[in-house]
Amino acid sequence: MPVISFDAVTKVYPLPAGDVVALAGIDLAIEEGEFVLVMGPSGSGKSTLLNIMGSLDVPTTGEVTIAGRRIGGLGDDELTLMRRDHIGFIFQQFNLIPLLSVVENVEYPLILKGRRDTSRARAEEVLAAVGIPGSHFSHKPGELSGGQQQRVAIARALANDPDFLLCDEPTGNLDSKTGTAIMDLLDRMNREEGKTVVMVTHDPRMTEYADRTIRMVDGRLA
Amino acid sequence: MTFFDLARRNVSRHWLRSVLAVIGIAIGVVAIATLGIMGNSIGLMFNDMVSDVGDTIIVSPATRSGTTELTERQVNDITRAVGSNRAIPFATTFDTVTVGEAKSGAMIYAIPARDIPFLLEMEAGAYPKDTGSGCVIGKKLAENSKDTGLKLGARATIGNETLRVVGVLEERGMGFDINPDYAIIVPYSWYSRHYDKDKYDQVIVKVRDVNDLDAVKEAIEQKMNRREDVVNVMDTRGILKEVFAAAESITVFLMGIGAVSLIVAGVSILNVMLMSVTERIKEIGVLRSIGTRRSEVMRMFIYEALILGVVGAVIGGVLSFGTGYAITAVFAGNPDYLFNPTSLLYIVFGMAFGVATSAASGLYPAWKAANLNPIQALRHE
Repeated sequence: MPVISFDAVTKVYPLPAGDVVALAGIDLAIEEGEFVLVMGPSGSGKSTLLNIMGSLDVPTTGEVTIAGRRIGGLGDDELTLMRRDHIGFIFQQFNLIPLLSVVENVEYPLILKGRRDTSRARAEEVLAAVGIPGSHFSHKPGELSGGQQQRVAIARALANDPDFLLCDEPTGNLDSKTGTAIMDLLDRMNREEGKTVVMVTHDPRMTEYADRTIRMVDGRLA
Repeated sequence: MTFFDLARRNVSRHWLRSVLAVIGIAIGVVAIATLGIMGNSIGLMFNDMVSDVGDTIIVSPATRSGTTELTERQVNDITRAVGSNRAIPFATTFDTVTVGEAKSGAMIYAIPARDIPFLLEMEAGAYPKDTGSGCVIGKKLAENSKDTGLKLGARATIGNETLRVVGVLEERGMGFDINPDYAIIVPYSWYSRHYDKDKYDQVIVKVRDVNDLDAVKEAIEQKMNRREDVVNVMDTRGILKEVFAAAESITVFLMGIGAVSLIVAGVSILNVMLMSVTERIKEIGVLRSIGTRRSEVMRMFIYEALILGVVGAVIGGVLSFGTGYAITAVFAGNPDYLFNPTSLLYIVFGMAFGVATSAASGLYPAWKAANLNPIQALRHE
């Protein structure tokens, strides 16, 4: 069974000037263990697709199934729990919580899930797996380089052992060398850990990491 | 790490504005508690002054009756109506008293000599008699008249007659019946002869059993006011109730002024919290996107408001002790009033009001934060 499945999905934003169709009938299935790139020009519907995959938004029509559950009729709390338990988010701007130390940032989703007893050990384990030295665990995110911050963000995304990782231009804010290192890390997570990865990017060089590339134009799959 | 930890860290991240908000709450708590203590001290002060006359009924001519005096016959009727309780009639006047060369004005109470021991306690000397030409003086009058020589054993001239001071009364405090501390008490027989008068101003009824107070009042009303209102019958309990009600109104008014400052402090917390939400829109979006529920975001912001409120209230509570002590010492002349449970309650009330105001001020910003759209919040720069 696919981890993510879209069946005739549309997303329409009603605006005073007229409806804006962001997704116009998407059929899509992403299988477990796949590394999928989503590419397309600005306004093609990539972000909307990613938002619905991430349970941040729901479709106007059609069926979306994530981790075996239809998200169409879910309320805000159920969508939040879906994000917490099944999805790992990685953002272009890292989006770590500045008030928390590196290890606390990674612990945070575990604590949300009620795993307070094991959260510290699990956070340290994941941080070590993404290559953050122990001496950095107590640092604040602002004290780390961009590449290190993105590694911490990847660790946070992995902490709850999600069904898949959703990455929104994860190398967009990094120099090419650091970007390559981050892509290598995600590639390793995909190949060695079997993590499903869906990544939105404008960078055509990323296709070499992907099993499949989805191209979008005007809210449709090209 | 908990939501409380996050709230605490955010409060300390912007320490300056947090300190200012805390100061605002502390000032509000101090204002409310101090003004409450002030009003309460006024009530306590009255209570101390009049607490010894709770068993007293005062009968005075009814204002509508057109007269300001009671006749001998009316006094006799009252005496019969009150049965075994003691009815003490008295008259008052103001006159010049001469001791040696010194002249001064003094309040004079004329009371039947046989009744004086039932109304007043002696500190020194003896009670005056109907037959003699003796008088007694109040404690404060004696203390204040050292220069003029009005003291035990002195000869005081009123008009063309000379009275001997045979006794000094114990201090009695302010009362609703008579205030003898600054007065001269003479036997009614002397007053009647000296001023050629045979009427009384009021009758004080000392009720033996306080539980009979209403029955005695009723008996006087029945006897005197059956056809028309001839006399007013008041018991000191009723007067006290009115005084305390007035003191309570003053307290509420004063606390209202204090509450205004606390509400202003609440607005400053609202402002601080709204700034906090606006600055952290993206952070809230991240928290929501990685699985933080609305209720959890709301809790985090309410904790922030509560931290500011509780810290402000505790500081305000401690400061209220100091200001309360100063207020009771300076205005009421008795700092012990601060330690009366009714006064301390105002500190607790001020603190509780401070925390409640802070929590209420945090509600809207917390609700606003919790209901941000996570997608739009994530896009916020």
